[in-house]
Amino acid sequence: MILNEEQQMLADLSERLFADKASVDTLRAIRGGSLGADYDTDLWQAMVESGLTGILVPEAHGGMDFGLVSAGLVARETGRRLALTPFLSTAVLGAIAIGRAGNAEQHKQWLGPIAEGALIVALAVDESGKHRPERVAAGATAEGDAFVLGGEKTLVVDGPNADLFVVSALHDGKPALFAVDAADAGVTVEAVTSVDTRSMANVRFDNASAQRLDAEDDALDDVLNAGRAMLAMELVGLSRAVFERTLAYLSERKQFGMRIGAFQALQHRAAHLSVEIEISEAMAFQALAAFDAGVADASQQILAAKARAADTARLAAAEGVQMHGGMGMTDEFDIGFFMKRARVASELLGDANFCAERFARARGY
Amino acid sequence: MSDLEEFRAEVRAWLEDNCPEEMRQPLASDAEHVWGGRRWQFSSEAQRVWFERMVAKGWTAPAWPVEYGGGGMSADEHDVFKAEMKRINARSPVSNFGFWMLGPALLKFGSEEQKRKHLPEIARGEIRWCQGYSEPNAGSDLASLKTSAEIDGDHFVVNGRKIWTSYADRADKMFCLVRTDPDAKKQAGISFILLDMDTPGVSTRPIQLISGESPFCETFFDDVRVPRANLVGEMNQGWTIAKYLLTHERDNIGGEPPGLLKGRDLAQMALQAVGADDQGRLDDPMLRSDIARLEIDAMAFRALVEQTRAKAEAGEGMGARSAMLKYYGTELNKRRYNLMMDAMGGLGLEWESEQTGGGRYAREWLRSKGNSIEGGTSEIMLGIISSAVLELPKG
Ligand SMILES: Cc1cc2nc3c(=O)[nH]c(=O)nc-3n(C[C@H](O)[C@H](O)[C@H](O)COP(=O)(O)OP(=O)(O)OC[C@H]3O[C@@H](n4cnc5c(N)ncnc54)[C@H](O)[C@@H]3O)c2cc1C
Repeated sequence: MILNEEQQMLADLSERLFADKASVDTLRAIRGGSLGADYDTDLWQAMVESGLTGILVPEAHGGMDFGLVSAGLVARETGRRLALTPFLSTAVLGAIAIGRAGNAEQHKQWLGPIAEGALIVALAVDESGKHRPERVAAGATAEGDAFVLGGEKTLVVDGPNADLFVVSALHDGKPALFAVDAADAGVTVEAVTSVDTRSMANVRFDNASAQRLDAEDDALDDVLNAGRAMLAMELVGLSRAVFERTLAYLSERKQFGMRIGAFQALQHRAAHLSVEIEISEAMAFQALAAFDAGVADASQQILAAKARAADTARLAAAEGVQMHGGMGMTDEFDIGFFMKRARVASELLGDANFCAERFARARGY
Repeated sequence: MSDLEEFRAEVRAWLEDNCPEEMRQPLASDAEHVWGGRRWQFSSEAQRVWFERMVAKGWTAPAWPVEYGGGGMSADEHDVFKAEMKRINARSPVSNFGFWMLGPALLKFGSEEQKRKHLPEIARGEIRWCQGYSEPNAGSDLASLKTSAEIDGDHFVVNGRKIWTSYADRADKMFCLVRTDPDAKKQAGISFILLDMDTPGVSTRPIQLISGESPFCETFFDDVRVPRANLVGEMNQGWTIAKYLLTHERDNIGGEPPGLLKGRDLAQMALQAVGADDQGRLDDPMLRSDIARLEIDAMAFRALVEQTRAKAEAGEGMGARSAMLKYYGTELNKRRYNLMMDAMGGLGLEWESEQTGGGRYAREWLRSKGNSIEGGTSEIMLGIISSAVLELPKG
């Protein structure tokens, strides 16, 4: 696919914004505790100001109401620069969950604040270390107009900073989505720092009061697919960044009296990797466009995109470390941060095996 | 209705009326591919009718200009046409190296006279072409070729030997790379000429492949006299044409799988051959996983092919990217055939048997191994990507 004018503008805008504001140095500062926050608050503020937090929020609620292709252009930059913000959890998963599954009242209550950067949302779906969205033990029961919700969730990205949780739970034996205020007395958040320096959480709900989000039946599928699509784009951006660094090193480092990029063993591996990256990027864009257009097999395309992008990013990171030799193993050198993020982004919302398995099922074999 | 939609409606109606039912079925064997040429014999009435109707429309070469026997379609119309052909699974009415390789090269580099003579002959399926590039000592290092062409009055006199010349024994004419300046740097002394396989001094010897078939030959030239008018482009400038033609060859080899797997779903073939478990899943979890990974890669590869086409149409140019597509597409195709063999089990082992149409599974699997060799090997493609796309240092 070729970007339209609006998308091209957004691509340019986010490239500039992230080049300007996001850096691995910030990630180091967050890790060392010297930033005083567990995400890049300056960058997040800049994203709010350029409207990126409202990229998927309808105009009526102060957003830009762009599609997933546009959001993907932002996600690609977050991957390239290893930007650490709640973009995925809030601007994508949160906005889509509330947008698709919430009623008019709930839209009014939360979508505006998402666009304004005044609300951080975290999706609480998984209950075990591997993504299995249909394995739900958490349950909700009606109490008058509201609900009370109980259960335990894990892998809750941005959980420690969340103002609001979107939670999957059974009601009358069927899975549904609920919104729970993080300040509710029935909510206990145990923060976990992941290998990529991000904040995740294990969250326990004990009779927490909840609102049901129930405008659409298959909303959770849409939310998860949108998230997978974003992760695929992030992984594509990450692969490109690692590859650029690796190529530069191949053209610069000398051994045996020549630049190591002249060794055919490395050339062919680099060439192979470049093809993998091109293919994964084309797949990701096509899948995002399919989602926006509501094409019948969009979810298959997204599964394919996520599986491929995950494998590609892990290959790019592994080759990146290997081709940098000892330097690639040092903490001082940035490439390890990319490898760590690739590992996490591959795992979230379904790893390559999960995606391939679902893909096969969807294709009837 | 937009012009394009009107065009679609016309094409659809015409195809519905004119494409015989038998020509909407997948090829039962490679023998059903229509190559055309002076000695071509149709194997069925439907084949002949379909060929003649398409030739009359100029739709055998849909995107070539009308004055050269083509359909004169724009890029958008051509896309519509291909989609409509695919919609009814219409077979190609005729195709050979003239369509995929020589035609595009002549359109770009041929003289007006050459275009007017050769392109309509190709489009009408009258002449079948073969490709005389490789030699015993010039394969990947094609530019070191030695077959010589010396000028004698109005003629070249060609001497030497080509090898791996696909269908040389069945072709009418050859486009051929010859050395016209033995003293120049190797790429600078090559010319691109056209010759008739019936010229005295040309002989061929078929070579049998591991698939048991002999589609390619050794070709010998013994004082073969070729008119100088058959030179395409300038003297000693043949390398540029040769490379341009190769990008078209590569696009073709890297494209959709031919033969058995064309238009067939590998997973469904596997389900039939292996069976399903109680949940309807392919009853071989490892094979199922391999097929899913293959299908994902194939879907993603098509996305890149389409993106590359769209960019080329928008004027960005393909250039060395065709090496990427050739590399990945052919490796994918080999994987696909390996998995087909895994799925077919015993049927895949049959060589001479009626139920497999004479061992089609095994033969096509073996033939697929050549995909990553013909038209430039995978290693050579990776080399082109390294230097032309990634601009890595030279050794
Ligand atoms: C089915 C089939 C049909 C064909 N049809 C035609 C045809 O119609 N007309 C025609 O002219 N030719 C044809 N060919 C020939 C084809 O183009 C050559 O086989 C191909 O270019 C490789 O040359 P080669 O066979 O001499 O192998 P070599 O060049 O000898 O290669 C041997 C091995 O060495 C590797 N290698 C060589 N150089 C390098 C390098 N620099 N770096 C790393 N690895 C290297 C190759 O990748 C390969 O693995 C056909 C081939 C096949 C298999």
